[in-house]
Amino acid sequence: MEEVLAKGEILHIRGPVVFAENLKGAKIREVVLVGEERLIGEIVKVEGDVAVIQVYEPTGGLKPGEPVERTGEPLSAELGPGLLGSVLDGLGRPLEAVAEIAGGPFITRGIKVPTLPRNKKWTFKPVVKKGDTVEDGDVLGTVKEGAINHKIMVPPRTGRCRVAEIAGEGDYTVEDIIATLERAGRKIDLKMYHKWPVRYPRPFKEKLEPVELLLTGQRVIDTFFPIVKGGTSAVPGGFGTGKTVTLHQISKWADADVVIYVGCGERGNEMTDLLHTFPKLIDPKTGRPLLERSVLIANTSNMPVPAREASIFMGITYAEYFRDMGLNVVLTADSTSRWAEALRELSSRLEEIPSEKGYPAYLPDYIASFYERAGRVKVLGSRNEIGSVAIIGAVSPSGGDLNEPVTQHTMRYVGAFWALDKDLAFRRHFPSINWLRSFSKYASGLGEWWMKNSGEDMLSLRGEAMDILQRASGLEEVARVVGEAALSEENRLLLLEAELIREGYLVQNAYHEVDTFCSPKKQAKLLKTLIQFYREARPLLDYGVPVSRIQKLSSLGRLRRLKFVPEKEFDREVEETLRELKDELNRLVAEVS
Amino acid sequence: MALYGKVYRGIEQVKGPLVIMRGVPDASYEEVVRFYSDDGREWLGQVIEVGKEKTILQVLGDTEGLETKVMVKFTGSTLKLPVSDEILGRVFNGSGMPIDGGPPVRADDYRDINGAPINPVKRDYPDEFVETGISVIDGMLSLVRGQKLPLFSEAGLPHNMVAAQIARQAVVPGKSERFAIVFAAVGLKYDDILFFRRQFEEFGALSRSVLFLNLANDPVIERITTPRVALTAAEYLAFDLDMDVLVIVTDMTNYCEALRELSSAREEVPSRKGYPGYMYSDLASIYERAGRIKGKAGSITFMPILTMPGGDLTHPIPDLTGYITEGQIFLDLDLFNRGIYPPINALPSLSRLMKDGIGAGKTREDHKEVSDQLYASYSQGVKARELVKIVGEAGLSERERLYLEFAKRFEERLLSQGFKERRTIEETLDIAWDVLSMLPEGELTRISDGTIRKFHPKLRGEKTVIYEGV
Repeated sequence: MEEVLAKGEILHIRGPVVFAENLKGAKIREVVLVGEERLIGEIVKVEGDVAVIQVYEPTGGLKPGEPVERTGEPLSAELGPGLLGSVLDGLGRPLEAVAEIAGGPFITRGIKVPTLPRNKKWTFKPVVKKGDTVEDGDVLGTVKEGAINHKIMVPPRTGRCRVAEIAGEGDYTVEDIIATLERAGRKIDLKMYHKWPVRYPRPFKEKLEPVELLLTGQRVIDTFFPIVKGGTSAVPGGFGTGKTVTLHQISKWADADVVIYVGCGERGNEMTDLLHTFPKLIDPKTGRPLLERSVLIANTSNMPVPAREASIFMGITYAEYFRDMGLNVVLTADSTSRWAEALRELSSRLEEIPSEKGYPAYLPDYIASFYERAGRVKVLGSRNEIGSVAIIGAVSPSGGDLNEPVTQHTMRYVGAFWALDKDLAFRRHFPSINWLRSFSKYASGLGEWWMKNSGEDMLSLRGEAMDILQRASGLEEVARVVGEAALSEENRLLLLEAELIREGYLVQNAYHEVDTFCSPKKQAKLLKTLIQFYREARPLLDYGVPVSRIQKLSSLGRLRRLKFVPEKEFDREVEETLRELKDELNRLVAEVS
Repeated sequence: MALYGKVYRGIEQVKGPLVIMRGVPDASYEEVVRFYSDDGREWLGQVIEVGKEKTILQVLGDTEGLETKVMVKFTGSTLKLPVSDEILGRVFNGSGMPIDGGPPVRADDYRDINGAPINPVKRDYPDEFVETGISVIDGMLSLVRGQKLPLFSEAGLPHNMVAAQIARQAVVPGKSERFAIVFAAVGLKYDDILFFRRQFEEFGALSRSVLFLNLANDPVIERITTPRVALTAAEYLAFDLDMDVLVIVTDMTNYCEALRELSSAREEVPSRKGYPGYMYSDLASIYERAGRIKGKAGSITFMPILTMPGGDLTHPIPDLTGYITEGQIFLDLDLFNRGIYPPINALPSLSRLMKDGIGAGKTREDHKEVSDQLYASYSQGVKARELVKIVGEAGLSERERLYLEFAKRFEERLLSQGFKERRTIEETLDIAWDVLSMLPEGELTRISDGTIRKFHPKLRGEKTVIYEGV
């Protein structure tokens, strides 16, 4: 039932928005090719005979009267072997291939290249037999891609079928037909890849409660404001607060099978940094380069704005595809504010009535529809597998003001919120996550996880530490007015302990070879030891030992540096430090009495 | 007058810098147009919206004298700059016309002034340290080749001096020089331009410079094109002629104001403080042209200068700039008033690319830790200084008083430096250690044992370090 697709022509050009006439049958969200150079665009509005198109490439030089072709398809992602390790632009074009076609370092217009390499052969191993019955999501065979067992599945919306034909074990390209299914006499040919419209969430069986910590190795996150597999989190912070470093750290260390990184309207050199470091980093679990388990989407700030809007949906569709294989996926988006701004810009070009700060009134729905695609789910298919997509979105509030619309709407939809703080960043306290303004709804449900993975009652340690930090911040306010010298001895010790937790625990150096990642065991023991100091030192005040003496203890310096001690030597160093601390404290008591 | 392309009469309306015509067959989006009046006057313009029924043109320059019966020539091409090695040593206006009385530039090529985005996979990561000879920059905000690092300043502060000092002193250690300066003045006063010219002349860089000047009394609209033509020239020098180019654009605040003026003439929906919603993307299309490219020897290091209206860091101009650039150098009125040069406040300043440009083999292995420690300690000192205002020095604890002294020493010894004084990175780090050594070793929490043993002036070579608190 091949439909003959109408050709129209350009009526009017307004920046990235093009109006086309005579485009019969054009549907909202359909992809069209605009002008002689066939620039990629998407229909966003249909007014009678006129279709309004957002064009994903620069429109300079276009003329009214040039042709506009329909494709009949919505904006879709190609899903199949070859995705992992690729670096794509916001429309899913591999940037290496773009560079090759452009013949230079600059991105030119009208380049069309598929996401998945067409000539590369993959070794396919069938797992079903001719005559088997399969349903949506069932695995037909597997392809080994790096460390990942890439499952070739029956695409959603296929329905229950009988396997009429299945390819034998061997090497195939993604264009080869590897299975023919039969349903009510109709044959369906399947390749190793299929397409999925990016703006529609991929279906699953059931959404489950997220209960497992997504370990990031970053102490302030894992201990204080954790995120779970299938959870959502937002990282708001003005420029210079370390947002990008925090996201890079999570992408590097997160305990996930696949990481999707969407660089959306951010700096070119930041993407280069990722491209530079990812191939060199080794995944501690598999011993293979991290790049092999990643998909990077780079749509930097100087690349066309509409593609920025699409890039987030492209990324989440890739994430859902890997989730459907029963994998744990993390998607980091830097930055969702740039994405929202792209939306604002397009909305203004469409002359829609603006709401708050020029953003369109549908902004909250838009943000919600993105975060709602996260989750831990029972995947499609007859196997009983669970997969998850966690979303971590950076927010770049203008002027660092957390009351602006994007931050405010995001806060309503996320489970964890890591508020980055300019003052902490100025002091080079990184990650600059403010412990008083951040939250995590997941923290209280993770007691069991910590017990199992560290053997400590982390929830109560966390509670104790939070209490100290909170009380200290109140005291600091007071000290700012009356000076530290005017505080009681007890309060000064509390400030000392809070400072120890800040310097010795919360501050974590992303570029230090040991400190960059902290295991759950080490986290628990370190926090316990630092709190131990307070417990041991507190009774000395009753003997009349002044805090100024306690401050001078050499074991205190050692405690502050414990975090730099490698895992192997850690237990011994903790033991020795505590022994030294006890000795020193005993000596102090003896001196005073 | 040479007449290529198609010529039309029939302007319907002139509104500010905008000219509205009926549908013009074959006009293309962003195409350059020229207007000719019967008495021989000429204007330059550009198509900003085009349709079958209506075409909107924007006039570059003053519209004084423009009338509806002028002839409009559609040139069929977008705004382009003629480039060749002859642009070196020349002076142009904001749309790329020579204004130094010399002949037009012989063109090897014509380049679209908007450039094209650099493919992220073709970028080379900037990681080569640039020694500016200014201690606080080299030590704490290291600049690397291909970085974009703006100066955030305020009216009246010596940002021009700092920029000129960097232009004069900057070298990449161990690299032979193919160095050029592209300087773009956007809405600047003439004496500021004279200052830069004199500086470039004094250190013999004028023949290696290209100047693009848009004075305060030049057409506002040309402020939009000035940085773009400057960067087009820079791209040619860097990526065709393999030169290391330092681009200085001052003052980006004037650029943004021109953008706002234009947006309001186009009756667009304003965003914060009347600036257009696309200002972020627009600024990015300028700033992101800095960098290095794989397989090319040259580079564009970009130093835009902007004055923050009212010293407000959250104002849209510095705010959006900070989100795009790789850090910022922050000039501080308070330091300036205390007579400190360069009045750079290190605490809100930052160089994002520093981490990969420093360390063993590049500067010195202790650089990163020393820098972190300076930040941490100096911020304690500044905090103590604020406290003095409330409780007086007598109300401080022993430790706070020590940090107060530290901040003073830091500003006197490390920060302060002459306009003509050039310090090597070794000298800078040695001064840093000297300043840090007034703190007890227990306070040096950002520096590892090994580094302390190796570099601390008092403990150099010691086997074990006994940590003492205050």
